[in-house]
Amino acid sequence: MDAILIQLLNGLDKGAAYALIALGLTLVFGTLGVVNFAHGALFLIGAFCAVSFQKVVTISKKILDPNITYFDAYIEQPYLEIWMGDTGLAIIDYAVPLSLFFAVPIMLLVGLAMERGLIQFFYKRSHAEQILVTFGLAIVLQEIIRHFYGANPIPTPAPDIVSGSAQVGLWIGLGDTLVYPWWRIIYLISSVGIITAVFSFLNLTTFGMVVRAGMADRQMVGFLGINIQRKFTIIFALAAIVAGVAGAMYAPILPPDYHMGMDFLVISFVIVVVGGMGSLRGAVASGFLLGVLQSLAAMTAVSSILPGIEQIIIYLVAVIVLLTRPRGLMGRKGVMDE
Amino acid sequence: MKDKSNKNIITRRQAIKTGAAISVAPMVFSKGAYAANFTNDPGYKSSVTLGFNVPQTGAYADEGADELRAFKLAVKHLNGEGDGGMMNTMKPMNLRGNGILGKKVTYVTGDTQTKSDAARASAKRMIEKDGVIMFSGGSSSGVAIAVQGLAQELGVVFMAGLTHSNDTTGKDKRRYGFRHFFNAKMSGSALGPVLKDEMGTERKAYHLTADYTWGWTQEQSIQETTEGLGWSTTAKVRTPVGAGDFSQFITPVLNSGADTLILNHYGKDMINSLTQAVQFGLRDKQVEGKNFEIIVPLYSRLMAQGAGDNLKGILGTANWDWQLQDEGSKAFVRSFGKEYGFPPSMAAQTCYVQTLLYANACENAGTFYPPEVIRQLEGFEFDGMGNGATEYRAEDHQCFKNVLVVRGNQNPTSSYDLLDIVKEVPRADVEYDASIFGGELGPYKV
Repeated sequence: MDAILIQLLNGLDKGAAYALIALGLTLVFGTLGVVNFAHGALFLIGAFCAVSFQKVVTISKKILDPNITYFDAYIEQPYLEIWMGDTGLAIIDYAVPLSLFFAVPIMLLVGLAMERGLIQFFYKRSHAEQILVTFGLAIVLQEIIRHFYGANPIPTPAPDIVSGSAQVGLWIGLGDTLVYPWWRIIYLISSVGIITAVFSFLNLTTFGMVVRAGMADRQMVGFLGINIQRKFTIIFALAAIVAGVAGAMYAPILPPDYHMGMDFLVISFVIVVVGGMGSLRGAVASGFLLGVLQSLAAMTAVSSILPGIEQIIIYLVAVIVLLTRPRGLMGRKGVMDE
Repeated sequence: MKDKSNKNIITRRQAIKTGAAISVAPMVFSKGAYAANFTNDPGYKSSVTLGFNVPQTGAYADEGADELRAFKLAVKHLNGEGDGGMMNTMKPMNLRGNGILGKKVTYVTGDTQTKSDAARASAKRMIEKDGVIMFSGGSSSGVAIAVQGLAQELGVVFMAGLTHSNDTTGKDKRRYGFRHFFNAKMSGSALGPVLKDEMGTERKAYHLTADYTWGWTQEQSIQETTEGLGWSTTAKVRTPVGAGDFSQFITPVLNSGADTLILNHYGKDMINSLTQAVQFGLRDKQVEGKNFEIIVPLYSRLMAQGAGDNLKGILGTANWDWQLQDEGSKAFVRSFGKEYGFPPSMAAQTCYVQTLLYANACENAGTFYPPEVIRQLEGFEFDGMGNGATEYRAEDHQCFKNVLVVRGNQNPTSSYDLLDIVKEVPRADVEYDASIFGGELGPYKV
């Protein structure tokens, strides 16, 4: 029972990350009609916002290391610690949560720059051309990250207070063997919060209503005198912020490296296809569904019968869905139906 | 009657004699005449080119960068520049700081991308286009085995960089391939007694293993060691290389009944799997009254930097560490540190040593002719290059030297002081019979 529950929890957590990226991906496809293969790079940039913020707050004074006598080596002491003592150390400890205040404006700017600087010129081009140019952009962005940060993963820990595991089993009366990392629980709750906020924004505001109308019939909204293009640009920036925040918060779970965007992009794209291209609910539901399936498939009981199933389960589900329901689980009728 | 007017005409017999003399003359007057017919013979050129094939992109790019630094330093020292590094401590040594056999050393670099096909293509380009006389480097056993095969096919010596799989000098060994780095079998032999002392003889081990040649052989070697101590093996789970998120593999460990997790991962995979194992509270866990332990059989300082605090207190092995206090290690660290401002990794040390060993073998052979150079390396015994007295075993081209058992430093005094040397296991304790892994070296002449 414990084993199933922990895999379920882990699947929901993993699914939350997939859902957040897939949500932005499908939002951009639904509004702008663009297949944005650079979306994983936005997740990557978000994660490196956390890394950069951590680097900034740990800028250090170099003190000659007396222990190394062969050459000049240095011990580093953060200036924040020198100037502010315990307060400085607390800021360093809380670097990841604090980095969100840095990540949101950065991602807004990155999103606007990407859409205005490149994506807008490909609205009327074929999907194949969009994929080529956005994939190229993703490679350029990840190589820029690699140039400045190196290829090694960079440890970006969560605050000490949430670095351990929570006794989830005790909460639900199952004993103390069921534990789960605090930061992953925070990530799951935050993801649900972000997804709810995005849905609320699109469903409960006038702006959201216009965007949804534009997704359904762009031309008609234009005839009503609404500059739908500008709203779609804002939606692109919103998608960038969602991906960026997801990336920044993911940094303590997986030490960021330059390739993490690509690792998530492929799976997220499959999730969008399974959920239905352009379907926001489909992206979220399929993100969680595939995350849970992938996690359950890794259970010893399953993998001993079907070795390696956890590595192909997502693609297996995608194949089955595409064969039986080409428009995806919640896809709009007519989209990828043939 | 003979016709005197034809006295200047060369007879058939004279022509045959003259032709034979002309064809034999170069062999009589040139030393090592056999050397005229091998791949990339430098002949009368004033320089020789070495090829450094390292991961410049991909997951091991940082390790590749450090290897390249070491190669460049070795070339500098071979050409008589800088402080000479280990050329001041290596014994016996015939290097004079005037290149190799009086020819200036130059180099070309390639990018393996840590992919076998890319590494082979890069090595082929170095051999066929750049004319390298020897090539070296790499941070993966899959790559090492792939390019070692190419070295044998094309007749160019390959001095392997970082490769830890038993297969490299086991079933896939080649006459033209040499490994200075230690291997998984040696890691197991070195770790065994320390594990027994620190963790006892009754434990249940759970293996997470990178699904390729290195992971398989390390898993096998460590399993043999731990089961030899009396431990049982709860499960052996293969994980895809570059899996990123290992949480789905870590969570089954929690309820498996195992009390020890052995991570047969390296590089980015090790950093991620260890980080997540710690996040899931494995290090705080107790199983049947025993503290849950994590073991990382192959460590490197670059990995330790990536894993951060998660590595503190965790046992593993290393080929070499910059904090060793022998004269060779100190000379190399001093030289590398002055050049680059930080200490070298063990990958850098092995690449530096391999370059010097090849050059010295050429000097000893008096030629670049590979079969003669290979014979010089086979069974070569040397000292003064770190880890004590060392031998390149002739039977499998595996170097034997002391192996380090290390532990993640609990209280580092600098950003490089990440590993504590727990024990320097003597070479005799990690030696094994060369025939146990099978394989054939192949011919000298190709």
